[in-house]
Amino acid sequence: MIRQIILLLVSLGLLLFHAGCQESSTSKPSENKLIITGSSTMAPLVADIGKRFESKHPGVRVDVQTGGSSRGVQDARTGLAHIGMASRALKAQEAQDLVGITLAKDGIGLIVHQDNPVTNLTTQQVIDIYTGMITHWQAVGGSNAKIVVVNKAEGRGTLEMFLAHFHLANADIRADVVIGDNEQGIKTVAGNPHALGYVSIGTAEYDATHGVPIRLLQLDGIPASLETVRNGTFPISRPLTLVTTTQPSTLAQTFISFATSSDVHDLVAQHYFIPLAS
Amino acid sequence: MSNHPQAIQDVFAKGITCSVAIFLMCVFFWLLGDIALHGLSGLTWEFLTTSPMNAGREGGIGPILVSTLLILLVCMTAVLPIGLGTAILLSEFSHQFEWAGNLIRRSLDVLAGVPSIVFGLFGNAFFCVTLGLGFSIVSGGLTLACMVLPIFIRSTEEGFRGLPADYRFSTAALGLSQTSTLVSLLIPAAMPALLAGFILGLGRAIAETAALIFTSGYVDRMPASLWDSGRALSIHIYDLSMNVPGGDTNAYASALVLVTLLFMINAGAQAIGHRWSSKKVIAA
Amino acid sequence: MIWSLNIISSPLHRDQLLRWALWGCASMAGLILVFIVMFLVLESIPALRHLGASRFMLDSSWHPVEDSFNLLPIIMGTLLATVGAILLAGPLGFCSALFCEWYAPPRFSSLYSRFIELLAGIPSVVFGLWGLVVLVPLINHWHPPGASLLTGILILALMILPTISLLAQSSLAQVPTEYIRGAAALGLGRWATLRRVIIPAAKSGLWTAALLATVRALGETMAVLMVCGNVVQMPSSVFNPIRTLTANMALEMSYAADDHRSALFVSGVVLLLMVSILVMTATWTSRTPRHV
Repeated sequence: MIRQIILLLVSLGLLLFHAGCQESSTSKPSENKLIITGSSTMAPLVADIGKRFESKHPGVRVDVQTGGSSRGVQDARTGLAHIGMASRALKAQEAQDLVGITLAKDGIGLIVHQDNPVTNLTTQQVIDIYTGMITHWQAVGGSNAKIVVVNKAEGRGTLEMFLAHFHLANADIRADVVIGDNEQGIKTVAGNPHALGYVSIGTAEYDATHGVPIRLLQLDGIPASLETVRNGTFPISRPLTLVTTTQPSTLAQTFISFATSSDVHDLVAQHYFIPLAS
Repeated sequence: MSNHPQAIQDVFAKGITCSVAIFLMCVFFWLLGDIALHGLSGLTWEFLTTSPMNAGREGGIGPILVSTLLILLVCMTAVLPIGLGTAILLSEFSHQFEWAGNLIRRSLDVLAGVPSIVFGLFGNAFFCVTLGLGFSIVSGGLTLACMVLPIFIRSTEEGFRGLPADYRFSTAALGLSQTSTLVSLLIPAAMPALLAGFILGLGRAIAETAALIFTSGYVDRMPASLWDSGRALSIHIYDLSMNVPGGDTNAYASALVLVTLLFMINAGAQAIGHRWSSKKVIAA
Repeated sequence: MIWSLNIISSPLHRDQLLRWALWGCASMAGLILVFIVMFLVLESIPALRHLGASRFMLDSSWHPVEDSFNLLPIIMGTLLATVGAILLAGPLGFCSALFCEWYAPPRFSSLYSRFIELLAGIPSVVFGLWGLVVLVPLINHWHPPGASLLTGILILALMILPTISLLAQSSLAQVPTEYIRGAAALGLGRWATLRRVIIPAAKSGLWTAALLATVRALGETMAVLMVCGNVVQMPSSVFNPIRTLTANMALEMSYAADDHRSALFVSGVVLLLMVSILVMTATWTSRTPRHV
């Protein structure tokens, strides 16, 4: 019995070794492999763009990994990734040694449950609700129920855009629930008739049109939709950025020009982001 | 006799344990039923064999299943020898250096409490960067092995400790080497605990998300080798439910596949383990 | 007589090799924790150097982007959630193990075991998703906002229950049959046998089960992230949202830079300290001599 086990383990080991050797002998380092890491919001879109790129350039492999916007910027800087993904604009400190190219645009809108009668909130009302000055829906035209305020976690691009637009500090906000990813926010609001939150407009529009019981609110009378973000009437938007060093590799440059071309506009639209007019 | 206080206590105890068991089964059926309800519609043969398309909203999970199985294979290949060896050492051979044995035991207990995200970041820093393995199935498997080891070792060690010391004395008296004692008698006799540890560890490994995001990665292509990045089933479920709008149905279907996969592996492990131990140990 | 096994020392070469190999395995297993601790400490040194340890307890709140790093409410959140979970899951898991091993009809018992093993493998994401979509709205009807300490406790208890049940069951199964036969010969009823003979004999295994489950609850990330509400505050009731150390790390790690990231690793170190204290306490209070 022992002999059989040892035989099995040795053959397994040889198999693994062989598999490993095969891989390292047929692939050249960065000639035909592109590593892209960063924001999980952008990862599905960039992965799909990568697949289309692979079909147009046989032999090339595009590996997309997640890990967050900060990681994407960091990896681009240290060279662990050829391209980083950040779901925000580059900060001033980052822009000194890195280059950011906008892939697409996304908006940030407020959402409530479908059954909530409120359809519009003014800027001041939003500030009051989030700082705890207004606590019940009836003060803004809804039913007599306590507002469940949903905020995003620190460091996230969505939060920073929200705070910047409404001139708030995170310490001022009185939240009842803090969420991480967009879908968590949507599911929280969909499960609570008295919740108010803010998420990516693309995600919200997709879900609302596919039966999830949420609705996007108008802000100061401006409807929140991809269309209004596209034509600039909706004020809160963010760029989805591809980050590289000042001297990106040829393959990275080819990929970026492919990703920002009109060839992938259908993919961008499929993911409910706004392609840039090229 | 039926008024005897012991008899009343017996009935009481039986009643409580049975009602707890029924309550638990109801809760778990609720959970599993919810998953099945939402996921059954998406479960087709194409789903199991084709690649994901449109960010996973369409297509299937074929490559992801393969990646998951490979990650589990790497994990278990690392865990079984090291875990079994450590457990045997702790229960049989560490008496001369009791302090070392205790130190290892405590460190394993503490290891069991390290959050999965720390494992992920550590795995990334150690396996992917320092050892240069990059985002790969091997990195993911080894990181999972680190997570599974404590529970496997502790359970197996408890199994060996529970065996009567007579077993070792009698084989020593017969002149058998310690190696033979282990292989022919002790390991088969401790098989239930070994299996429990293995299955619990496997369950933990297959369910891990945060540790794998940073180590085996997000790529949903069919892996060409163990050194490729491959998306595990749990990460796919997380991505579809928390990141991709409209991915819920497929998320639930994937969860159903995961549970079924685990069920099959568990049943297989139990069958093999019992067959092996029943050949060696007739009455324990 | 723990020392009695010392007298078996085999001079065989084969056994010598075996011992060396086993010590090698054990060292590898032990080194993992050393590496992880080194990793955590190295990553958290920048924050400790720039900010100092006292700020993690005395600042006004946890808002790293605005230079505020108080971890105490988050630590309290972790403690409360874990204590609640083990208080709930411990007795339930134990009863479940008793049922499976002693009170269930044989064929049903193996089915039940299989079922519990299945639950041990459900990803925390799925527990979290179910909690978010089913449990949170349910509790919201009872008392808003739904995502709260109570939901966290319930989900954690559900998650660690299979661990407790399976480990307890295997240690109950390990009890030598002589003990059971002896008890039967003495005319003890089933409950009396369990209470006076079996459970004391299986005590070490049961404590291991409880310890591993508690430690698992302390380290659980994904599920609590989705159902606890993640608001940094000292909860005044079970219906208040809380944030745990693990959820804190998972929520903010991806988007944190420099000092913020390092501060998150400090919370990882704190968690490790909590786990170590727990393990030490458990060791001291449950020194059971090995029975021969």
